[in-house]
Amino acid sequence: MPLWEVFIRPRNGLSHKHVGSLHASDKTMAINAARDVYTRRGEGTSIWIVPSALITASDPIKAEENFEPSENKIYRHPTFYDIPEDIGHM
Amino acid sequence: MSPDLGKALLELADDNLILGHRLSEWCGHAPMLEEDLALPNMGLDLIGTARTLYTYACEIENSNKTEDDLAFLRNEREFLNCLLVERPNTNFAHTILKQLYFSIFMESYWAAALNSKDETIVGIAGKAKKEMAYHIRHSGEWVIRLGDGTAESHKKIVEAVDALHLYTNEIFINTQNTEFFIENNILPDRISLKSNWEKAIKSIFKQACIPYPKNDAELLGGRLGLHGEELGHLLASMQSVHRAHPGAKW
Repeated sequence: MPLWEVFIRPRNGLSHKHVGSLHASDKTMAINAARDVYTRRGEGTSIWIVPSALITASDPIKAEENFEPSENKIYRHPTFYDIPEDIGHM
Repeated sequence: MSPDLGKALLELADDNLILGHRLSEWCGHAPMLEEDLALPNMGLDLIGTARTLYTYACEIENSNKTEDDLAFLRNEREFLNCLLVERPNTNFAHTILKQLYFSIFMESYWAAALNSKDETIVGIAGKAKKEMAYHIRHSGEWVIRLGDGTAESHKKIVEAVDALHLYTNEIFINTQNTEFFIENNILPDRISLKSNWEKAIKSIFKQACIPYPKNDAELLGGRLGLHGEELGHLLASMQSVHRAHPGAKW
């Protein structure tokens, strides 16, 4: 039975967030199962399901070349600007 | 016989409690994890409705009884549920078909109850109707997939229809307990819901490649407290904790 990834939007204005996966024979059954498995405690206002097989993931072996180069570029973080006080929180 | 709304509500509450308990029997035993959550979820919907109805029945009777007294301290002959809901789970096909039969009936029942002159009943109906709509969707999609699935799943669901369809006439029968309240627009008229129920089941059976059976069976008795042997076993299990520890609280 195919595996599906489940995304739930907790409230209007927020984006759908990955919450887990489940098995179901097709998309209709997957939506029903997602409702039963992941929204029992009032977690959601909308459900997306995606066949897990359609997700392309980055290769864990390439984690070093993918992610380490960004670690030593602290100037990319917006922490070097003086923000005028009257702007408040950004 | 003077009209007794409390007793009329017992028929409704017992249907919900007994089917809710049947669903709870799947907890930890369902064929897949997703259904292991879904079936008890639906069971909790039904038990929740039963609790509200029992509590309202106690309020009407103005007695010192509580919902627990009604659920756990009545004997088999005092239960007024229809026979369909007490049928054993047998297998997943039986369970899901029983759920479809009951939820299509109850959804239309609660829809009609939204016009009741009794505000408490309108309140209960509003909540329960939404729950039944989901039960129909869940069980209906399964019946279609079992019927139009493999040779084995088709055989199982057709066997379930053979075993359970003959219990469906009873759910449309108005009883002496309910007559007065139907005439006075407090409770819905069950028989008026039958043709739409048949239409809905036929449409699902067609998609499921299941032949719609002829049904002139008169398997009655549940509303009079005359039940199958299986209800005794269900009550023994459901009531044992309460009877062993009277008055115990969570």
